[in-house]
Amino acid sequence: MSTLAALARLRAVHTGAAQRLATVRHCHLSERPMVLIPLRLAGEAAAPLAAMAGTDPARPRLLVVPQPRDRDLRFAFAAELAEILLPYIEGLQKATETVERRGAEPFERCVDAPQVIVPNRSAVAFVQLLGRSTRFRRAEGEYAVHPSVPVLGRWLTFLAQRAQYPGSASLLAATEAMSLHWATGQSALEDANLASLMGWIDPPPGMTGAEAAREAEDPLVWPPAGPATDPGFDSEVLAPAIRAYAETRSDRAAARVGEAVRSQLEPTWRLMWRAVGLLGALPAGPGVAARWEGDRASFTGFAAQLAEGGPPQPKRDGAVGAASRLARMERAQASYDAQRAYDDPLVMAGHRLTGEAFTGTVLAADPDHAEGEGRGRKLRPLLTVRTSDPVRLAAGTRLGTPERRGQQAEVVEITGGHVTLKIVKGMGRGRTASPGSVPEVGERVCYAALTDEYQPPASLPAPEDTPWTHGGPPPEHVPAVEEPDEEEWA
Amino acid sequence: MDRLDELRGPVPPRPHDARAIAALAANPGCARRAVLDAAGIDKDATATHLGFPAPFGQSPFAITRGNVFEALVKESGCAELLRLLREILGLPIPLASYTDLGDVGGNPSAHLRHSHTRRLLDRAARDGDDAGTLYDHPLLRLDIAGHTSYLEPDVVAFRLGGRFHIVEIKSFSVIDGQAEPDKVAAAARQAAVYVLALRDTLEELGHDPARVSHDVVLVCPENFANRPAATLVDVRRELAVLRRQLARMTRVGAIVDALEPGLTFDLVPDAGGAPTRPVADLREAVRGVGARYAPDCLSTCDLCFFCRDEAASEGSTDLLGRQVRDALGGVATVAEALGLADGSLIPDEGQEEIARLLRLADRMYAEVS
Repeated sequence: MSTLAALARLRAVHTGAAQRLATVRHCHLSERPMVLIPLRLAGEAAAPLAAMAGTDPARPRLLVVPQPRDRDLRFAFAAELAEILLPYIEGLQKATETVERRGAEPFERCVDAPQVIVPNRSAVAFVQLLGRSTRFRRAEGEYAVHPSVPVLGRWLTFLAQRAQYPGSASLLAATEAMSLHWATGQSALEDANLASLMGWIDPPPGMTGAEAAREAEDPLVWPPAGPATDPGFDSEVLAPAIRAYAETRSDRAAARVGEAVRSQLEPTWRLMWRAVGLLGALPAGPGVAARWEGDRASFTGFAAQLAEGGPPQPKRDGAVGAASRLARMERAQASYDAQRAYDDPLVMAGHRLTGEAFTGTVLAADPDHAEGEGRGRKLRPLLTVRTSDPVRLAAGTRLGTPERRGQQAEVVEITGGHVTLKIVKGMGRGRTASPGSVPEVGERVCYAALTDEYQPPASLPAPEDTPWTHGGPPPEHVPAVEEPDEEEWA
Repeated sequence: MDRLDELRGPVPPRPHDARAIAALAANPGCARRAVLDAAGIDKDATATHLGFPAPFGQSPFAITRGNVFEALVKESGCAELLRLLREILGLPIPLASYTDLGDVGGNPSAHLRHSHTRRLLDRAARDGDDAGTLYDHPLLRLDIAGHTSYLEPDVVAFRLGGRFHIVEIKSFSVIDGQAEPDKVAAAARQAAVYVLALRDTLEELGHDPARVSHDVVLVCPENFANRPAATLVDVRRELAVLRRQLARMTRVGAIVDALEPGLTFDLVPDAGGAPTRPVADLREAVRGVGARYAPDCLSTCDLCFFCRDEAASEGSTDLLGRQVRDALGGVATVAEALGLADGSLIPDEGQEEIARLLRLADRMYAEVS
């Protein structure tokens, strides 16, 4: 936690209202996101109890499993969820654009991609488990399920894997997206409660954020946002309703379970769309579109893989797959951090506090400064910036600047509030710097030791060449059926 | 110990179960919790009477699921468990018997059951080359700050080679070799309590306590089915934490001695057990022992809402969590930190660095937002 974020929380306590942590929105927000609120039966790993889903705030779809311990009903739930999610996903695959690349074949990319928004981190984990429990199912043979179930499983797994990827917006947890933009006057632990977090950010009229957040902790006023339900609700309302259904299997009893879970889901449904509205009111940061492009490319790639009949995602990554995924995630994290800072002075301020970045006024500029002679002569414009920030950078450090993205500078020396830099990239190729590329005296500038430059992917062996130190080549994929006793359910 | 009884009032001390003992290690710096636990005070009742009932509850579905799974594992004399132990501990196949210590000739008294457990454990430890045995429902004892707590681990396994293993049966799933980390951690802490109790028992009987393995057997359902799978979990770290915390609790005397004379947490129950003590009076008493609130308390301590409210009324930065406190370099209150940030407060000695950072943060915040 940066001192800036800590200070924002203190101010929230003091004023009773949430404080901004960002001046722009740092996550993509689809024009038509799908909100999904899953509920799970307490004590079970992945037994769905209910879900509310849809792309229209006025028309939520309610899915209910009146007896969550019944296998057939659980897979009927999965098939029903597939009926909602798959048309949404497939509809987005239709429109594509051709992307030209230098030195490589052009490729097709979907112009939009699915965006699923769930309430919190636990719901993301539940999506992943639901994907795991359905993607290996088969539509024929013993324990056959509806053909849409394994497809749903693969898409849920895809979304859950994207959610681990820094900067991806394919599967968002509302609490995390909100916490990225606002600081509350409570702890991060309490921020995981969507109702309480929203209480701080958007209290009802006549209430302070602090009061609204406290009230939101009462499960009778604000049912938990799932996947876990309130234990009191379980024992007083849900258990009798499920028992009645188990005894009679009647539509009336099923409807009673449905009404019970609806009462738990509807308040969260409204909260989710309020969160979407608040996020949508923030202007998108410039880097958001580029990151969403990554989501779209990944979506296009996975859709193609699925269409070609590729196997379901493995239970575990092989050594090579895991290493390359980690490397990709590390690069994504670095560029996500850099982009947010360059997009947003409030995020940049956090880096200025730690001395990795500084803001100041140009005191002197030598735009024609060059190093070397003759053919080796290189243009290296010099700048001296006066700053009152606590700069902690070593000579030679590479810097970028939000004012001129793509430009790079190098620290020459730092003496008592004066930083001398030389620009090494992004000032044109001529003998003199291209107009406007070198800041003028008196200009306010910001430089930071953060980079989101393209980095080539890590060079790793092909999976079949995995060295023995890493377990050797992985075994061929066998489309295994889950063991039949997996179906036993108490 | 009279003082502790006085603090509790005329009710029997609340016995600690393994979960409660394990939770003691969660916030070792909290004097309030140390005193209330050492005196065996019913914190839940105290919190409720103060108007801050604990936010904990367990769903009937989770309880049912836990019971069903445990019954499955212990079915037909722990047949399923035996299969798992053979795999994981190399228990010889024909040489395993099952002993239920659930009640002694129809007598469920804890004292009797404990001495029966002791006798059997003593015999097993003596006959070093005896066959593997499973002891179901053993009753162990652990002394905590002068009070005896009886503990009932799920199963104790004893095998050839003379080592005892604690078996812990939990109903959370292990999926593709992974389980929720906080659940595994809680199970490990709880199992460590049993390991400690079993070691104490063996030591009292004159055996080597190290014969109780620090590897406990955790039995959980595998993937999405009810089929149990076993894993060995090393609880050495949890044991060390627990020992340190229990030693601290026996030294709770120092904290108790410093309390005001006459202080008590007695709820003054009427004939029906309903508390009659004036709430304001009780609040004063509880405030007489300092707490160290942290947001983590919200998942472990019955008094959490009371202490949170107290921290809020004091404007304590504890309210915002460790991360924020660390970022503030330990500045204790919100008002103080904000005063340092806007320059209206002169930093104390040692606060210059954090004051400089806060002022800078304050300036930047104003500049860019």
